[in-house]
Amino acid sequence: MTGRMGWFGTYGGQFVPETLIPALDELTRAWADARHDSEFRKTLDDCLHRYVGRPTPLYQARRLGKDMGGVRIWLKREDLNHTGAHKINNTVGQVLLARRMGKTRIIAETGAGQHGVAAATACALFGFECDVYMGEEDMRRQALNVERMRMLGARVLPVSSGSRTLKDATSEAIRDWTASVGGTHYVIGSAVGPAPYPDMVRGLQRVIGNETRTQLRELGVEPAAVFACVGGGSNAIGMFAPFIDDQPLPENPSVPADSSGPGQVRGVSDNRAELVGVEAAGAGLASGQHAASLSLGLPGVLHGSHSYLLQDEDGQVTPAHSVSAGLDYPGVGPEHSWLKESGRVRYESVTDHEAVAAFGDLCRLEGIIPALESAHAAAGLRKEAEKWKNRDVVICLSGRGDKDVEEVRRFERTRGADVQSPDQAS
Amino acid sequence: MHATAGAAGRIEATFAKRTAFVPFLSSGYPGPRDTPRLLMQLAQAGADVIELGLPFSDPLADGPAIQTASARALDQGVTAASALDQLAEVAPELPPIVIFTYLNPVLRMGPEKFVEKAAEAGAAGLLLTDLPVGADPGLAARLGGGGLDLIPLAAPTTSDARLKTIADSARGFLYYIARTGVTGSRTDVDAELSSRVTQLRGMLNLPVAVGFGIATPDQARTLASVADGVVVGTALIEALGTSEAAFRELAEALAEAVRANEKQH
Ligand SMILES: Cc1ncc(COP(=O)(O)O)c(C=O)c1O
Repeated sequence: MTGRMGWFGTYGGQFVPETLIPALDELTRAWADARHDSEFRKTLDDCLHRYVGRPTPLYQARRLGKDMGGVRIWLKREDLNHTGAHKINNTVGQVLLARRMGKTRIIAETGAGQHGVAAATACALFGFECDVYMGEEDMRRQALNVERMRMLGARVLPVSSGSRTLKDATSEAIRDWTASVGGTHYVIGSAVGPAPYPDMVRGLQRVIGNETRTQLRELGVEPAAVFACVGGGSNAIGMFAPFIDDQPLPENPSVPADSSGPGQVRGVSDNRAELVGVEAAGAGLASGQHAASLSLGLPGVLHGSHSYLLQDEDGQVTPAHSVSAGLDYPGVGPEHSWLKESGRVRYESVTDHEAVAAFGDLCRLEGIIPALESAHAAAGLRKEAEKWKNRDVVICLSGRGDKDVEEVRRFERTRGADVQSPDQAS
Repeated sequence: MHATAGAAGRIEATFAKRTAFVPFLSSGYPGPRDTPRLLMQLAQAGADVIELGLPFSDPLADGPAIQTASARALDQGVTAASALDQLAEVAPELPPIVIFTYLNPVLRMGPEKFVEKAAEAGAAGLLLTDLPVGADPGLAARLGGGGLDLIPLAAPTTSDARLKTIADSARGFLYYIARTGVTGSRTDVDAELSSRVTQLRGMLNLPVAVGFGIATPDQARTLASVADGVVVGTALIEALGTSEAAFRELAEALAEAVRANEKQH
């Protein structure tokens, strides 16, 4: 299986109903064509600059760094993108591609609602009809984003099957696409799904890492480590991609030689940075209530690709759990499975409590209300802060946390008291 | 055609005899122990081949009725392994069985082990909705090499060139999906579908069974005059949700409709 398009080692592939194969072939061709087209790149870069607000700042979080015992922390401020998260990098790219392909309708799945809002936004901007599938549990947890999507002109379609979260919303979006495949483009929200999605989303999110490296070089900073949270893995792969590609793996087959794109920085000695992906440990890895697919899952097939997956011994997918709706997914993008196996990226996890504590730290010490997802990345660094004392560490602050204010308050009310995390107590 | 002996060749032999009525049954639905009895009822009603669904937590290719049946089976503790054990109890008295499921339970058990267990239980074929032809040839070889026919699917979106590739590597029959979409919602059995099926049969050296959204004896009758087989799933599962009598009645009516209008062999 190694060496073929759409595969990352033995991970990836196109495990979807036959009906979708021609659509995936069409998308593969369209993306291969568009990514090299200077006109397309220019339109996209322009949109990212003038509409989304890129480049986003790389900001030194001094008070947080001091609080962690003297780590020089650099926050990549994806929360300052229009709509408040990295998700829009992907949606404007995919909707522009859909326009180029002559599609008229967009569908999307969403967990935290950030991808749904970003998809609805790109659809409003480019004049597309937009349907967003969202689990009923997530609609409850992320009510603010449901309203935002509706205001932006999207239809939010509640999903009541299974765990009523991101996994089920994704299944329902794929079912819709199977029926509507001719005129509809499915804008998947993370680096998951069948080929070409993982590679395409990586390519569209790569701007995060490209900018970060440029900014670090301008500052003369050599990062010792880079932390990002991993749900499906799109902000993490977007941040890691240029660091990985500058030090190619012996036989990573699928990274096209030219995937660097504009903004690629050559000759910076930042390719020794340790890359750390942080998964959601939910109520604790031992509790069974978590979303740590890479840490505790086994390879399997869900939503079109072969990758690490939370599953039982019968091969049934087990529900994930996280206080953060955007990480509440039992699978993970196939490239992360490959990066785990090859050892290029280290994957760790933090609990709901640790993430909520880090959420509070960023609020009080930096005046930044982070997304709960992003708070996992900060909490991941906190857990090993000792190791990074006096060194430069980048955290991908993937989104802002307005959407989570209610959920954090609810968490502190209902579960905050039972286990105080050590950081919270200090 | 391939000269496969043993259990696997049974499917082609069946299609060679007459137009096949192919009902679908979801394992472990409605009750966890109902499946052997319901399989016998389908055989008695005149099924020529039976598709037996093994439950999966995330059935991407299925509409609400089969999703619900699948979820109910899992809630009641049915597993891929237990469903195959139940099949084994009655298989000698049944027409050829095609296991219909998703890749992950098969991978979890191990492809070779799954095929061995299914063949031992009496299955003749395996249909995996999320393993399209070409997705993983190595895996397909491991699944097709052990006494089960790996049944391919084709859809209205599948190109003629791809259809030929699919049919070239196939054994048993080609399952033609009558319309784009998941199982369940109704299909119009119209002139367009009929002419496409006729065209496929002329083009491919493989029996063509048609399914997805075929619900009524009238539709089955129309299709029987053009296809090698008629597959009915959701309508039977919905009838079963009402009563076992309704299920049996529909199965009999469908079998009769296929018989009444079978094409000439
Ligand atoms: C702000 C934010 N960060 C991270 C994620 C997780 O997704 P991914 O792992 O694809 O970056 C989400 C998902 O909704 C999100 O909203």
